[in-house]
Amino acid sequence: MVTTDMPVVAREEERLRGQNRRIVNDMSLQVATANGSGSQSANMVLLRTIFQMGVPVSGKNLFPSNIAGLPTWYTIRANQHGYIARKKEIDFLIAMNPESAREDVLSLAPGAVVLYDEPLNLNGLRNDLTFYAVPFDKLVAPVCSDAKLRKLVKNMIYVGVAGQLIGLQIEQTERAVRKQFGEKVKAAELNVAAVRAGYEYAKSALVKNDPYWIEPSDKTRGMIIIDGNSAAALGSVFNGVTVVAWYPITPSSTVCEAMIEYLKQYRIGPDGKATFAVVQAEDELAAVGMVIGASWAGARAMTSTSGPGISLMAEFTGLAYYAEVPAVIWDIQRVGPSTGLPTRTSQGDVLKNAYLSHGDAKHILLFPASVSECFDFAGDAFNLAERFQTPVFVMSDLDLGMNNWMSEPFTYPEKPMDRGKVLSQQDLERMGSFARYKDVDDDGIGWRTLPGTDHPAAAYFTRGTGHNEEAKYSERSDDFESNLARLLKKMETAKGYVPPPVVEDAGASIGIIAYGTTHWAIVECRDQLTAEHALATDYLRVRAFPFTSEVEAFIRRHDRVYVVEQNRDRQLLSLLKIELPAELAPKLRSVAHISGLPLDARSVTEEIMQKESE
Amino acid sequence: MATPASPPPKTNRIGLTVLDYKGAKSTLCAGCGHNAISERIIDAMFEMGIKPEQVIKPSGIGCSSKSPAYFLGRSHSFNAVHGRMPSVGTGALLANRKLICLGVSGDGDTASIGIGQFVHTMRRNLPMIYVIEDNGVYGLTKGQFSATADIGSKLKTGVVNELPPIDTCALAIQLGATFVGRSFSGDKKQLLTMLKAALSHKGTVMLDVVSPCVTFNDHEGSTKSYKFMKDHDEPITDVSFVPAFEEIEVDYEPGAVFEATMHDGSRLRLRKLEADYDPSNQGTALKRLSEAKAQDEVLTGIFYVDPAAPNFMEMLDFTEEPLATLPPELVRPPRAALAEAMEYLK
Repeated sequence: MVTTDMPVVAREEERLRGQNRRIVNDMSLQVATANGSGSQSANMVLLRTIFQMGVPVSGKNLFPSNIAGLPTWYTIRANQHGYIARKKEIDFLIAMNPESAREDVLSLAPGAVVLYDEPLNLNGLRNDLTFYAVPFDKLVAPVCSDAKLRKLVKNMIYVGVAGQLIGLQIEQTERAVRKQFGEKVKAAELNVAAVRAGYEYAKSALVKNDPYWIEPSDKTRGMIIIDGNSAAALGSVFNGVTVVAWYPITPSSTVCEAMIEYLKQYRIGPDGKATFAVVQAEDELAAVGMVIGASWAGARAMTSTSGPGISLMAEFTGLAYYAEVPAVIWDIQRVGPSTGLPTRTSQGDVLKNAYLSHGDAKHILLFPASVSECFDFAGDAFNLAERFQTPVFVMSDLDLGMNNWMSEPFTYPEKPMDRGKVLSQQDLERMGSFARYKDVDDDGIGWRTLPGTDHPAAAYFTRGTGHNEEAKYSERSDDFESNLARLLKKMETAKGYVPPPVVEDAGASIGIIAYGTTHWAIVECRDQLTAEHALATDYLRVRAFPFTSEVEAFIRRHDRVYVVEQNRDRQLLSLLKIELPAELAPKLRSVAHISGLPLDARSVTEEIMQKESE
Repeated sequence: MATPASPPPKTNRIGLTVLDYKGAKSTLCAGCGHNAISERIIDAMFEMGIKPEQVIKPSGIGCSSKSPAYFLGRSHSFNAVHGRMPSVGTGALLANRKLICLGVSGDGDTASIGIGQFVHTMRRNLPMIYVIEDNGVYGLTKGQFSATADIGSKLKTGVVNELPPIDTCALAIQLGATFVGRSFSGDKKQLLTMLKAALSHKGTVMLDVVSPCVTFNDHEGSTKSYKFMKDHDEPITDVSFVPAFEEIEVDYEPGAVFEATMHDGSRLRLRKLEADYDPSNQGTALKRLSEAKAQDEVLTGIFYVDPAAPNFMEMLDFTEEPLATLPPELVRPPRAALAEAMEYLK
């Protein structure tokens, strides 16, 4: 309710109620605006202020596939225990968008808080919520003389108002604004003024009437904030990427855009020239073709894309698998099939990518769950692709890729780059000749030469058609069979090289298997299961395909294993059934969600409990 | 038993013989124009003294794209997917800019499935020689029309092409290609000269080489007969019979018109650009191509050259050494750089 309209006694009662019931460092705050209204900076400032105050925080942008006008929501979750998965319930709504305000308010749980733009008149909709009305237009006018900028600056006013109400330290907010605008000093000062105007208004005109507080803590000391796509880019830059080819597609475009910035910053050689080449290709077919051509010639080459791009890359992926050419492909998964929901998250490409191609094929997949794994797996992906001379998919998703996450600082890659089995001119002088596809080391991996190697015996013929050990054209059945068998053997060898799963096993009878960003809901869900239902669970987080022996052992050791994932068709569960002994299949139970929203813990907890009672 | 010493084989400026440029034995049909093109590539590389180990031969899919197996056995080849030769070649060139890239494609591989990559490759001006072995027909799938087939040409099955052909040369010029020419597989002298010129160009070279298909392309205009097929009393729908032919050779002067007789008896009117033609103007080149088309002539020669246009490598401004093999210290920034990046993100 608008507190200024209340009788003095009632207002005092409300105030005391708010003060008595304090919920500290545990809230989800949602900002509802229109796409293109410039609220991103403001939301980032809110997130960063909480982070700077030492409280674990996550921010998730729920945005439409649109340039301007459609509703967009930004959800910030602050939690002292470090839970950073999406929380289903919204505790504190900042309603700025007339289009969505009514529905947003009606969907809140009782007791929630609504801070709204006064003309929206939302306080009449419900009597079980706390309302704060703010005359944003009146507040922004004195701060910003340029009428065109007011729409933007208005956003920073809600930062000030909400910040004052929940106890954000104004000096931390101002620091966050200056960080956000960097060298744009004029813009920073304008926005600082807007924050202050909001803060002062709340202080003088609003009475705190809700239980939500943020208080300084020390749980984010030394940490960084970064999105997964930038982390992937940074990881690639620090792991020797030299050729990047890409085609814009949401939500992967920022991988290569961030890459270009980092490359310019860190990868100009002593001659003042770039030590990289980046090409925006005409489509995904060309992008992956360039990556394959470059990798064939010895470069660490990569591309990034999403589901529709992966579909287009299928034919080339089969070629790279069969002709044995490295390629690193980042798949920032979004919701399919078809164009689907381009700005929503999913884990819907798992099954497809595992066997992408016509005919028999199998690929290495890596599943990062965090921004630091995006950084680390960027190096692993190159090492694996070059070692195994095969495509490697890094299976990120929109939630990880496009949202900001806090993290411990990344660790410098200590391991030397593994450039794989490449014969040099000197090797050839010693050997005289070589057979490109001969399994000389009994690991399924042949030796290759790079084009340009100065030796008459260096050349071989790379082809997607049938070939023998000498890379000569062959339609013989025995050549084809032994080739496919060797390719499978290579995948067996790969099990010893891919990142092993992370296992937490305390001898429970129930296991949970998850991967990628689903992890964050599982962390919280397991605590809920223990605290609320006294149900102990063990947990295995898959980090790679082909599955390593730990995965099979984990399933064997448990009575029931819940496989939790964000797609309809239980894709990882299906993959486990295909790859593992059939007798394990009855142990597997599926918890699969495909809402397009990052998975929340509560949904998983409820579904597991329901299945447990069956 | 002593045998009389034969004279030492002729060597080029890097001491190699023409045999060092040979490939495997061709499995294409006898008399196929593509084999003649392979021979000219061998001659051009030999005569220019190109080191075969420096050459890469990406190709697409089709009869044309098989041909890199039949020349330059000491060069790396990459038989890619259909229509996607340019991207593989582009990637390889970016990885190692010291490579000489001779890409081989066909008319189906280029003008239909690969038109997208063709178009964008012409725009980028990479140092790539893009050879279209152009017979106007899909050979490996036994004779369907390609997008370069002439209006009115007829398949063995009697199907008549009613769609206008794509002129890859005119298209390349419009797209900004910096070296565009057309030749005929049987014109040894002209093709060799053009290939040698191509090897000296620093940007993209697009050579459309008309190359008769002995088996599937009749190129039968309304005034021409099925003379050959009738003489041999072969059912016109039977495509399993592949007669052996001699390669068609032509030799004619600049500015002249030459009527080449195809294997089926049809005729192709080739007009060679005159010796004093100035290839520096895109407008003139396009005009000449359209005039020739109006007269049912196939214009040959180098239509357009811009030797000074910056190539893609220069635009990207990367280091002269191959990116693929730069030492770790150049491609892995130091510890301090990561610390700096982390500090900024705090």
